[in-house]
Amino acid sequence: MRWVDSITKEEWEKIDQVIGKYKGSHGALIPVLKEVQDICGYLPKKVQHRIADGLNLSSSQVYGVVSFYAFFTIVPRGKYIIRVCLGTACYVKGSKQILDTLQRELNVEVGGITKDRKFSLEAVRCLGACGLAPVMVVGHDTHGMLDPGKAIEIVRFYPSMETVMVKSEGDGIVDDR
Amino acid sequence: MSQLTMEEFEKIKEKAYSAITLKEGEFRCMVCAGTGCVSCNSLKVRERLEAELEGRGLSERVKVAITGCNGFCAEGPIMVVQPKGIFYRKLTPEDIPLLIEEHFLKGRPVEKFLYTEPTSKEKIPLMKDIPFFQHQVLWALRNRGVINPENIDESVARDGYGGLSKALTSMTPEEVIQEVKISGLRGRGGAGFPTGLKWEEGRRYPTFPKYVICNGDEGDPGAFMDRSILEADPHAVLEGMIICGYAVDSHQGYIYVRAEYPLAIHRLRIAIDQARSYGLLRKNIMGSGFDFDIHIYPGAGAFVCGESTALMYSLEGRRGMPRIKPPRSTEAGLWGQPTVLNNVETFANVPAIIRNGGGWFASTGTGGSKGTKVFALTGTVYNVGLIEVPMGTTLRRIVFDIGGGIPEKGEFKAIQIGGPSGACLPASLLDTEVDFDSLDEAGAMMGSGGLVVMNDSTCMVDTARFFTDFSVDESCGKCVPCRVGMKVMLNILNRIVTGQGTMEDIPQLEELGRHVKESSHCGLGKTAPNPVLSTIRYFREEYEAHIQEGRCPARVCVDLIQFRVDSERCKMCGLCKKICPVEAIAWEKKAPAMIDRDKCIRCRSCIQACKFKAID
Repeated sequence: MRWVDSITKEEWEKIDQVIGKYKGSHGALIPVLKEVQDICGYLPKKVQHRIADGLNLSSSQVYGVVSFYAFFTIVPRGKYIIRVCLGTACYVKGSKQILDTLQRELNVEVGGITKDRKFSLEAVRCLGACGLAPVMVVGHDTHGMLDPGKAIEIVRFYPSMETVMVKSEGDGIVDDR
Repeated sequence: MSQLTMEEFEKIKEKAYSAITLKEGEFRCMVCAGTGCVSCNSLKVRERLEAELEGRGLSERVKVAITGCNGFCAEGPIMVVQPKGIFYRKLTPEDIPLLIEEHFLKGRPVEKFLYTEPTSKEKIPLMKDIPFFQHQVLWALRNRGVINPENIDESVARDGYGGLSKALTSMTPEEVIQEVKISGLRGRGGAGFPTGLKWEEGRRYPTFPKYVICNGDEGDPGAFMDRSILEADPHAVLEGMIICGYAVDSHQGYIYVRAEYPLAIHRLRIAIDQARSYGLLRKNIMGSGFDFDIHIYPGAGAFVCGESTALMYSLEGRRGMPRIKPPRSTEAGLWGQPTVLNNVETFANVPAIIRNGGGWFASTGTGGSKGTKVFALTGTVYNVGLIEVPMGTTLRRIVFDIGGGIPEKGEFKAIQIGGPSGACLPASLLDTEVDFDSLDEAGAMMGSGGLVVMNDSTCMVDTARFFTDFSVDESCGKCVPCRVGMKVMLNILNRIVTGQGTMEDIPQLEELGRHVKESSHCGLGKTAPNPVLSTIRYFREEYEAHIQEGRCPARVCVDLIQFRVDSERCKMCGLCKKICPVEAIAWEKKAPAMIDRDKCIRCRSCIQACKFKAID
């Protein structure tokens, strides 16, 4: 997770290693993009150029793939990624209102990042946790059975819990029932 | 173990079988570790359970195992205690000491953790007696909640890889294909193409190498069948793929699975490693001389990649855009080579067909649709979860017997079947049988199996708009009807839900929808107008209410809601004030509530909270 727009020297080295690993193999582009995005958090233009050169593809081919798939992002992401599920089950149970409320609360558009770079707000299609609808995921934590009030409470809670959250990242699952 | 002969395989099976068979006085706690239960803490429940059992010296007598998705996701975290099959639900780690004390020491089920039937309030201890499970027939999901998906031995003990061993030892590839043809199995991904025919075609082309692909790119919102199968019984899918490889003479398989399903990918990786270590993959499988290997390919998130040719482009590292057929994929698919692609559920059905024969499979179902179908039942029903029913079961049975009906005072309004390619069917069509052909007739589609139940607080126009928005978002942009046509339909729907629609909009939507259906290039475009067309067909009056009266009957479309309290209907209970996240509601005891419209953010929390429908 990062919010500085520049790529560090070590990151460039790691990127080159990934390219080297896949060079010459069939259908390498998507796995390379995935691994590189894991390294930098997003795929800025200069990184896309580097991948294109490394895999002997045109930059337009790389950009074509990056812009096609929802998994890839060309803008940096916030410290916590909020993903509100807009799958049918969640939508029927009011997840649109949760998304609207969060946009207002955080003053950010869907797909955008807050001014303090703490949160990215994303809408996703079905997280497959329909039994807990409506659902949102903040960082690695799944929150189910939400309403707009609860959603606001949850996002307000995160910045105040910075130190604790770092510790629990990865296994912190919060049930809001 | 590097290689496994048939005899060694039989020995492993015997040993594994006795390992999962409980002796007198032993118990086995099956803790659900599907995505739903994990996100309500089931792994912490297991940890606590193991620790407490250990602490009390019970761990010899009471074993703990994790299972894949049990199916009854709404009741998670779930634990089933064998041998009897006592069903515990909504457990927390703090409940465990009491549960152990009562169940394992005093020998009586703990009533407060048992399932309660929502209407009769009766406690039902045994899983098999719960209506949700009673009407199901588990074929594709036969191992769910019974085996630990991360242990191949448990799968083998329950006949896992038995179909493969039969195919490799006593059947020719042609006989395998013939058996699948007799079974009448049709593709479970949505289109329903006969699987046997596809395999036959795949075998016919003498170009090598050939590929087998398992499509696990389950993009339908509100559907999680494939995820649950992969999480609960990954070996069934692998076995189906290997059998397919044998039948069509392919030696390489790929599983394309959504990156949003990390647990499914994790379990698949474990399953593939274990199958390889038993010699059930790679070279000379079971000493038969047949080679086959499988690789996992996590998708990158694009609904259109569920279309087979698009999926293959994606596997090749390109934009996933469907191409013109013919040639079919069975002739020229991945890297231009013959490729047989089937859905997760289709492959999961294959081992049992080979073991029991095609005739056994064909004995269940309707004329054109054989066997069973897995559905993800969600929305406003009591029992949300994953179900498997014989083809030909009516929607009514699914919603009211298995789903337990509509909660609270809500009334059934529609059932959405088939996701963004499907339709919303009204109460009058509840006796429709689920089979490929009768759903087609109703203007719906089997789809991959998402079933979303909607009550009277769901707006049909808004639902159509939701799916159209989805299709616009996910259209790959290759052909004009889908790219532009759907966008124009979305614009019209946006006008209607904001109160700017005209009566000409309805026939225009119908006409556009027909054109998009007829002239689009791939399955996505050909079915994308279904949600709009079906809601106009069955819920036209709602469109008219939006346009002519500027009113949203379900009070969903915020531009058509006044956010005003009707003081006659208001019972002065104050619930709306309590739920309002921005304190825009003024209320005092014995006085009707008042909404401050400057503060109100139109989130509809109050409307949902109000039991008296007093907010317009």
